[in-house]
Amino acid sequence: MSASDPITAGFLPLLDSAILVAARERGFAEEEGIALTLVRETSWANIRDRIAVGHFEMAHMLAPMPIAANLGLTPMRLDLIAPMSLGLGGNAVTVSHTLWTAMIGEGPVRPDEPATVGASLRSVIEHRRRNGEVPLRFGVVHPYSGHNFELRYWLAACGIDPERDVEILIVPPPLTADAMAAGRIDGFCVGEPWNSVAVAAGLARIATVKAAIWRSSPEKVLGVNEDWAGKHEEVLARLLRALHRASIWCGAVENHEELAALLSGPAYLNQPATLLHGALDGRLETGGETGLFPDFFVPAQKAAIFPWQSHALWFYSQMVRWGQVPHSAENAEKARLSFRPDIYRSALKALDVPLPSASMKVEGALVAPTAVGVSAGQLILGPDGFFDGAVFDPAQLDDYIASQRPASC
Amino acid sequence: MTRCAMLKHTRKEGMVSKLLSILVIDENTIRASIIEAGLREAGHEKVTVIHDVHAIARRIGEVQPDVIVIDLENPNRDMLENMFNLSRAVKRPIAMFVDRSDQASIEAAVDAGVSAYVVDGLRQERVKPILDMAISRFNAFSRMERELEDARDALESRKIVEKAKGILMRSKGLSEESAYQLLRRTAMNQNRKISEIAQSLITASELLGG
Repeated sequence: MSASDPITAGFLPLLDSAILVAARERGFAEEEGIALTLVRETSWANIRDRIAVGHFEMAHMLAPMPIAANLGLTPMRLDLIAPMSLGLGGNAVTVSHTLWTAMIGEGPVRPDEPATVGASLRSVIEHRRRNGEVPLRFGVVHPYSGHNFELRYWLAACGIDPERDVEILIVPPPLTADAMAAGRIDGFCVGEPWNSVAVAAGLARIATVKAAIWRSSPEKVLGVNEDWAGKHEEVLARLLRALHRASIWCGAVENHEELAALLSGPAYLNQPATLLHGALDGRLETGGETGLFPDFFVPAQKAAIFPWQSHALWFYSQMVRWGQVPHSAENAEKARLSFRPDIYRSALKALDVPLPSASMKVEGALVAPTAVGVSAGQLILGPDGFFDGAVFDPAQLDDYIASQRPASC
Repeated sequence: MTRCAMLKHTRKEGMVSKLLSILVIDENTIRASIIEAGLREAGHEKVTVIHDVHAIARRIGEVQPDVIVIDLENPNRDMLENMFNLSRAVKRPIAMFVDRSDQASIEAAVDAGVSAYVVDGLRQERVKPILDMAISRFNAFSRMERELEDARDALESRKIVEKAKGILMRSKGLSEESAYQLLRRTAMNQNRKISEIAQSLITASELLGG
């Protein structure tokens, strides 16, 4: 391709920026005639603002961010769409050694079984309350984030009230280890590599992982300025094809060493490649042992980059649950339409790849890998269970929201 | 933390005569004092500067700012915005920027690397001069930093050229002037900077044990 269309995308230094980094560094964007520039940012607020003023056309983004923007919850007016997800999983819950020691004193704790971790945490919280100690503090990266919602989901399902029994603070990902070292937080839920960074520094233990709380669950998306997307459909389609190829490259185990080396560079994550390599393979040093977590981070398999509208609606259900937005049919529709599988399909239909026929699925229904209906070829989804066995059927949104309402309301 | 609860609180305009309380959050102490000075010169007396954001909730409670100015490099913006949504920490609702419709100001601010949060309902003409001031001082600071960096680079290049001249004078028995002319001619022929040629020469000389 002779002419090159410039696209500038913002990202935060996280493992799941991998697909964007690979698209640029491995030439996938260039092959599609796109000159992709990646700009590392320091906050999600900067990402949002710089899209709003036109510095970036798109960005690596927390999946609930486009939903929050379209619901008018952000300080700056901005319409965003998510035509692609940037992988599944990738987060962990990490706690201080002090808290971990208290937790294992309460009973057996297995990081791959969030219910055991939650039960011990609940006992610790009850002891602290009886002793008149201050509530434990947990850090998450943003109020509209998978981290906030999976942490709260896990706590609530374990009988811990995230509003009353603990305090949840916002801590930027690269500062989580510092905040723990300074004793400002007792635990945090953050994307890799920042859990492993805290463990490697001898500061903390990985208590459990996102993939164990909700297997094959959504995390980051490609958030695109809707106005720009409307005017550059063809360029966006080419970029999505480049990202699709990049995701397959990232998903191949034999490329993980090279991917880890790329991501470790000073312009990207600026962290040791060995630490990133482990997380890409789902092999994490938890602080006591080496844990193997199936589907820890999934960049390609299981339709990992397909923007399921059921994912958008689940995030919306949690925004309602925690009082960020009132529930209405109109709001739910805005949330659903923030994810754009139609754009994904139309961009990728030129390639001979299996595209899911449905735009929504029942989340948590698959207990084993299952073949699903696709346009061509074969596609295996799941398992995709929530650790508590619950199921989210997007067709029963009202009931799901009602069932999660706190008893006091 | 519902939005409707925030919007109900829109402040009345009965406090026009009251001095605005301005909070500047900037980890760069020099830039913060440049902005503070600018605001004071413009007649704002209630200016508070914070470099360290750790105890910020308490400070915001004490200062009760009408306007908050923060640099965009600060990774704690997400934490700060979340705080604005929680009535516990901030008693008054805070919206971002002067006015959502004032796109030019927003662009100028982001370009300059600064963001502002304003108590909801504060009239635009009261806040705009503050934001304009912050933008111009941020730009001036960047310019100053660039100039300083250029000066540092120039000094560094001069040292490198001096060293390369020394090598040529020793190894080829040239005068200082001829050594310089040789470097300059080579740079011109290769369309490169003289300091780059000098650096290559130093590297080569080191490799050869010269």
